[in-house]
Amino acid sequence: MSDTTPNQTTDERIKAEPLISRLMKRPELGAIAGVILVAIFFVITADSAMFTASGIINFLTPAAQLGILAIGAALLMIGGEFDLSIGSMVAFAGLFFGVCVMVWGLPLIVAIPITFAFAGFVGAINGFIVIRSGLPSFIVTLAFLFILRGLSLVGLKWASGGSTQLRGVRDATENDWLAPVFSGDAFPGFFAWLAERGLVETFSNGTPKVTGIPVEILWFVVLALVATYVLLRTPAGNWIFAAGGDTTAASNSGVPVKRIKISLFMVTACCAALVAIITVIDAGSTDARRGFQKEFEAIIAAVIGGCLLTGGYGSAIGAFFGSIIFGMVVIGLTYTNFDQDWFQVFLGGMLLIAVLFNNAIRKRVTGER
Amino acid sequence: MTDDSKFHHGAVDDKVAPIVQMQDIQKHFGNIIALAGVSFDIRPGECHCLLGDNGAGKSTFIKTMSGVHQPTHGKILFEGKPMSFATPRDSMEAGIATVFQDLAMIPLMSVARNFFMGREPTKGRGLFKRFDVEMANDITMTEMRKMGINLRGPDQAVGTLSGGERQTVAIARAVYFGAKVLILDEPTSALGVRQTSNVLATIDKVRKQGVGVVFISHNVRHALAVGDRFTVLNRGKTLGTAKRGEITPEELQDLMAGGQELAQLEGSLGGTV
Ligand SMILES: Nc1ncnc2c1ncn2[C@@H]1O[C@H](COP(=O)(O)OP(=O)(O)OP(=O)(O)O)[C@@H](O)[C@H]1O
Ligand SMILES: [Mg+2]
Repeated sequence: MSDTTPNQTTDERIKAEPLISRLMKRPELGAIAGVILVAIFFVITADSAMFTASGIINFLTPAAQLGILAIGAALLMIGGEFDLSIGSMVAFAGLFFGVCVMVWGLPLIVAIPITFAFAGFVGAINGFIVIRSGLPSFIVTLAFLFILRGLSLVGLKWASGGSTQLRGVRDATENDWLAPVFSGDAFPGFFAWLAERGLVETFSNGTPKVTGIPVEILWFVVLALVATYVLLRTPAGNWIFAAGGDTTAASNSGVPVKRIKISLFMVTACCAALVAIITVIDAGSTDARRGFQKEFEAIIAAVIGGCLLTGGYGSAIGAFFGSIIFGMVVIGLTYTNFDQDWFQVFLGGMLLIAVLFNNAIRKRVTGER
Repeated sequence: MTDDSKFHHGAVDDKVAPIVQMQDIQKHFGNIIALAGVSFDIRPGECHCLLGDNGAGKSTFIKTMSGVHQPTHGKILFEGKPMSFATPRDSMEAGIATVFQDLAMIPLMSVARNFFMGREPTKGRGLFKRFDVEMANDITMTEMRKMGINLRGPDQAVGTLSGGERQTVAIARAVYFGAKVLILDEPTSALGVRQTSNVLATIDKVRKQGVGVVFISHNVRHALAVGDRFTVLNRGKTLGTAKRGEITPEELQDLMAGGQELAQLEGSLGGTV
């Protein structure tokens, strides 16, 4: 009755696993393969202008705006919940931000933090109701999809005196020292310098065709990296996977499931607020249709990125590539001879393929039982 | 009873203060009375077996001890002080580790991530405080090897493990974290001969280190092999607590069956139940 065990380190019951099959188990694999396939498709069918520096920035900008939402949605989905109200949250946070700047005349250094705090608060309400009632987050946030959209309309009419648009944000923020962090292009000097050396394409007057990298792309990349780090390398990441995998098991193992889920709802709402701030400053106005149907696009990007609808599995990098696929398809079609309306067909098709693919991957990972 | 002599049995000193004392615990779920006043205690260095029929309330009882349920009535004393565990995390931090009957594992997560779920080792400081994946992997492999299971790798998903392998991960995890009390809810139900004897030997080992073990089992032989005291639950109440040596295996078996006769069965099964 000894508990000595053979000290073997190799096991004759394991076949050497080829690299391909190891990669197959990564959740983001599908999205990366998708990016490559979609890129090949457009290299063949689209005007060559699509893959010049300005063409790439052209499709990365909408990809980034969606991607910021998709990364939040992916984290929440991995944590086992949905938020259908993020699109409306973009409009609502945009309204709040617009009111801060236009009605209350606050500088950005005040307006931006309180917009985030406000969005976080609304996210927490969402989360709190879901946790407390035990209802599916799908239905609770569906209610908030309408509530927030309606409140945005009502609020806009109040703030603008009857219209559903609040203009003049650009003038109000133009000279704010914080504006460059949330709007316009980053590194203009660097691009001008490249243009002088003839390293990037220029217009005939010598200004570069690409004057810098739009800030939303930088936010998008940074967010994807931070989210991936948190998921894979911090205890909080482990708790998110656990909470989404099995709420009871996670809670019985000491994971603070409620705290994690409410925090994730807050993070998602703050991602919506970030998109709202960036796009409102950029457009110079806010309106009630802002973020319309973005919740579906964000969830689709997350699913293309390998998130399981049942939670507990997925990746932020996957959502990153899922959003890039999105941007490439939306903008790419304008570079081709195809009818723009193929976009929706493409979208639905991608979603279907992604779900089937994810299902197969999950079976591989769990050994299907 | 050949298992009887296998393990050393520390004579539990009645004067040693219990680590956890559960006094007259009641638990109601709506109109269902799962526990109708159960008292129980666990001293350091003993193995206290909790026995009883299906639905007797054993799992419900240990869940009040590990913070999953809050008792409807009754008091929990931890090291002499009244304590109410609001969450499983609270009881864990007090040094109580539990193997739940359903194991509390996430199939989609790797063995190492499951092993440290809720108690991840970290390295670095401040913003750079991060999950020490290498350490988690090493410890998981070592602890599993100690239990007689050679894992294919620490990154294998728990969903791909066999039922017994999964149970062993849960036990190894609880043994690793159970600083003061180790609660095992039917830990050997899916285990092979070698793994079962490893678990029983592990119970004996941690008991010698002064940990109090609560052991739930339907197997009289396993219970008698390691138990110092035996408490039998029936329909939410205690039928009594017996010390080792005060009760015969046959009496214990009858009590576990809720006092109902097993005689006619025993004949055909040759007393091997
Ligand atoms: N959450 C709950 N809601 C309602 N009733 C419950 C709940 N949990 C347990 N019960 C009831 O309490 C009783 C005791 O259940 P418990 O799981 O504690 O039994 P057990 O002794 O562990 O049985 P087994 O040997 O089958 O594991 C059962 O009748 C069960 O139906
Ligand atoms: Mg039970």
